Amino acid sequence: MKKILIVDDEPNIVMSLEYAFKKKDFEVFIARDGKEALEIAHKQTPHIILLDIMMPQMDGYETLQKIKENKELKETKIIFLSAKSKLADVEKGMKLGADGYMTKPFSIKKIVKDVEQLIA
Amino acid sequence: MSNYLLILIIVCYLAFLFFIAFYAEKNRKSKWVNNPYIYVLSLAVYCTAWTYYGSVGIASKSGISFLTIYLGPVIALPLWIVIMRKIIRISKQQKISSIADFISMRYGNNRLLGALVTATCLLATIPYISLQLKAVSETFEIITGDHSYSTTGILDDSTFYIALLIAIFVAFFGTLSTDASQRKKGIIATVALESILKLVFFLVIGIYVTFYLFNGTGDVYEQALQTENFKQLSSFGGLENGFNWLFTICLSFFAIFLLPRQFHVAVVENETERHLKKAIWLFPLYLLLFNVFVIFIAWAGNIKLSENVNPDYYTLLLPLQEGNVFLSGLVFIGGFSAVISMIVVSTLALSTMVSNNVIIPYGFLKKMVEGNLEDNSKNIKNIRRIAVFTLIISAYFFYVEFSTQLSLYSIGLISFVVISQLAPSFFFGLFWRRGTAKAAKTGIVIGLLVVVYTLISPIVVDAINQDNTFETQGLFGAKWLRPSQLFGIDYLTPESNAFLWSLSFNLLGFVSISVLSKGNYRERNYAEIFVHNENYENLQEGAFVWKGEAYVTDIKELLYRFLGEQRTNRAFYIFNRKYNISETEEKADARLINFSEKLLTGSIGSASAKILLSSVSKEKPISLVEVLNILEDTKETKANNKLLVEKSAELSNMANQLKIVNQELRNQDKQKDDFLDTVAHELKTPITSIKAASEVLEDEEMPPELRKRFLKNISKDTDRLAVLIHNILDLEKLSSDRAELDVKSHEINSTIQKAINGISQIANKRGVKVLFENDILLTGLYDEDRILQVFTNLLSNSLKFTEENKGIIKIQLEENDETIEVAVADNGKGIPKEEHNYIFEKFYQSKNQNTKKPQGSGFGLAICKKIIESHKGSIWADATYTDGARMVFTIPKLK
Repeated sequence: MKKILIVDDEPNIVMSLEYAFKKKDFEVFIARDGKEALEIAHKQTPHIILLDIMMPQMDGYETLQKIKENKELKETKIIFLSAKSKLADVEKGMKLGADGYMTKPFSIKKIVKDVEQLIA
Repeated sequence: MSNYLLILIIVCYLAFLFFIAFYAEKNRKSKWVNNPYIYVLSLAVYCTAWTYYGSVGIASKSGISFLTIYLGPVIALPLWIVIMRKIIRISKQQKISSIADFISMRYGNNRLLGALVTATCLLATIPYISLQLKAVSETFEIITGDHSYSTTGILDDSTFYIALLIAIFVAFFGTLSTDASQRKKGIIATVALESILKLVFFLVIGIYVTFYLFNGTGDVYEQALQTENFKQLSSFGGLENGFNWLFTICLSFFAIFLLPRQFHVAVVENETERHLKKAIWLFPLYLLLFNVFVIFIAWAGNIKLSENVNPDYYTLLLPLQEGNVFLSGLVFIGGFSAVISMIVVSTLALSTMVSNNVIIPYGFLKKMVEGNLEDNSKNIKNIRRIAVFTLIISAYFFYVEFSTQLSLYSIGLISFVVISQLAPSFFFGLFWRRGTAKAAKTGIVIGLLVVVYTLISPIVVDAINQDNTFETQGLFGAKWLRPSQLFGIDYLTPESNAFLWSLSFNLLGFVSISVLSKGNYRERNYAEIFVHNENYENLQEGAFVWKGEAYVTDIKELLYRFLGEQRTNRAFYIFNRKYNISETEEKADARLINFSEKLLTGSIGSASAKILLSSVSKEKPISLVEVLNILEDTKETKANNKLLVEKSAELSNMANQLKIVNQELRNQDKQKDDFLDTVAHELKTPITSIKAASEVLEDEEMPPELRKRFLKNISKDTDRLAVLIHNILDLEKLSSDRAELDVKSHEINSTIQKAINGISQIANKRGVKVLFENDILLTGLYDEDRILQVFTNLLSNSLKFTEENKGIIKIQLEENDETIEVAVADNGKGIPKEEHNYIFEKFYQSKNQNTKKPQGSGFGLAICKKIIESHKGSIWADATYTDGARMVFTIPKLK
């Protein structure tokens, strides 16, 4: 079973994503901030991480860098989910090594499709 | 009193004066040396031994006519101040150091005129100085009771040594600087001090005579009534004598301007024009005090002393007769100080004139151009020193030869008549542009000739021939040419007669030649500058008009010899800076010529300065039209320059303001961008949530329980959206002052309670305690809904930043004079100090954009601020509070 980690501090958004991926037989993990995300990622080595950028404590960029430092998570794909929709923001995210960048509001169907393609 | 004791006293007194002069020179900048009182007191150098002794003498013989000499200055004083202001202004601009300089510069730096004025001053002053020496000698004799001194030879005469000591004093303190226009603080300080001494001692003797020897003024008058001729002594003497009064008043009026010593203290030593204001009342008061007791002392002398004694010395003889040696000693010192200050200032002024207007321009110029700085300044100083000694010594010899048969009063008046010959060229020169050098010279010469004929020759002839046929029969026996009754007018005193005719001819000569002839361009330039000084005082370097060719290096070379390299270079540096002239400029312009001339004038006089500068420059004549055009142009340029400077200042000011506004706009723009980003983000979050939920809701297999939750989420997010939009609009409304407040009186305690109730549910859930110190009941004037909004904002901020189950929020109330102060304090993580100033700014976002979520949307506090401000209150973060955040605001109290 594929593992997915959803990192966002908006519970309502997380709830919809969780439902959609569980429906596709993913094992879903949830973190509310960067720190929690790192812990879970270490433990579970998810195949994919959906990462919000604007979060309390540690932001999405930093979290991504930390994840990349961990060699065990080399295979893990990371997709940013963010309301920051300017081209500069997208470029910044991709430069840091993200595998995708979805601007909010996003389409759940599109995310599910992209994720399935990425880990196929 | 033994003459050795008196000599000892005199020497001590002179030593004291040296000390005062030293002290004042050392403390040039001190308040004690630079104040209007010193200035006014130094003007009192007008009161000499003539005043001190001679007034009493004339009062005892001719009654109250002694007053005329003091009425002139008193009547003149308001006018004096107006004219003096102009004279002082011109003199400071042109670095003028004597009246000879002043007059010669007015008529185009005319060398001969300067010498002529100097000669006139010498003629008027040397007898005057000898008069002072005569007073010293005679009073010395009276005090010591020794009559042999003046006859046994010069080397045994104490007056000779006193004269020498005074000469040393002047030579030393008068030549500390080569620049004669520099103020001599030491000398002026002693003159001021002596003015106090002479007045006080004269008042003492006046009071002694009137109230000690007699029983007050009434008693003196009663007893004087019994003496002969009293009626004649106390009346004005009818119309004919009235003319004498008038002429003597005019004479003293001119003297207060023209006497070299008066010009020196009033103009050259003037520190600032403001000092003139004090003179307007203080100087007349001084003269009044000096004259209060004169008539009583004169009457008292007439009553008490024999007719054989010289009435000039009643002040000494009265106390001596009573055996009061101490008092007569005081009177002697007072008179002595009057003598010294007169001699000192006169010789100082004269020596400058003699050196700068006669010796240097006529003899030493060539030598000086070849000499170096050290030699030159030594030469200049030595010329002045020698002049001082020569003047005093010649005055001494004049005294020995002539003055035995003249009274103090008559020599004084002769001096006044001589000096008044400068009046036409001086006063007309100030107010009439037409006056020319030729006219001034002619007027002075004619005037002097008339004076010599009418006033001096009879005395000289009388002294030499012991024969008065010249005086009684007239020249060649022509009665209408009798010197003291010229043209048959026989009711005037000799002095009034001489004054009337000399001045009439002088004036006639001056005016007619001025009208008939035209001065050269140089004279016209200076005429313009002197007469219309107010127009040109702001012009560059006095707007001296000059056309020609000269090289800066030549001029510099010349100045080195008189000022030294260092001073010259410094002066040029400042000059170049002032007019924005390049250091490498080779050719000199009119400004530089005039500037250099002024620099030289102080050291060697204006005539010499002109001659020297023309030796290094090729000057071209310039027509009157050109002169006027240049002056007009300079004026215009100046005005234009001023306008330009103003305009450019205005422009740069505007540019600065624009910069500030632009920066502000940029900041606001950035804030707005940031704000819009945040708003967008905040709006996108619930929209994302709604969109995501509606997508998953498409799944028909979703269990109903879950479906209900998703639907509920959608509803909540919609509410959130609505609140956000409402807040944005609200802030916009508050910002543009469109919000209408429903201000009523409310109890703040109940409003706070309502606010607490509103958040109690969330607080309970988070385990945060909300405490209200509800100990005073206060009523305020406010819109309750709006203030509740503020509370809700502050409380929910506190809730957000305090830890769960540990948080404590306190609401505190305080009463001020006009306001209610409310504070919401928590024990959360607090607000960084550096952000205190920004948190209320509209659209403010914490710098760390990516982690901003707990701070909320960023305009809660901005809304609070707007609300509080629209209540005329204020809101701030308490910087002294360290346990967490403490937000304080004030609202109006109901009174």
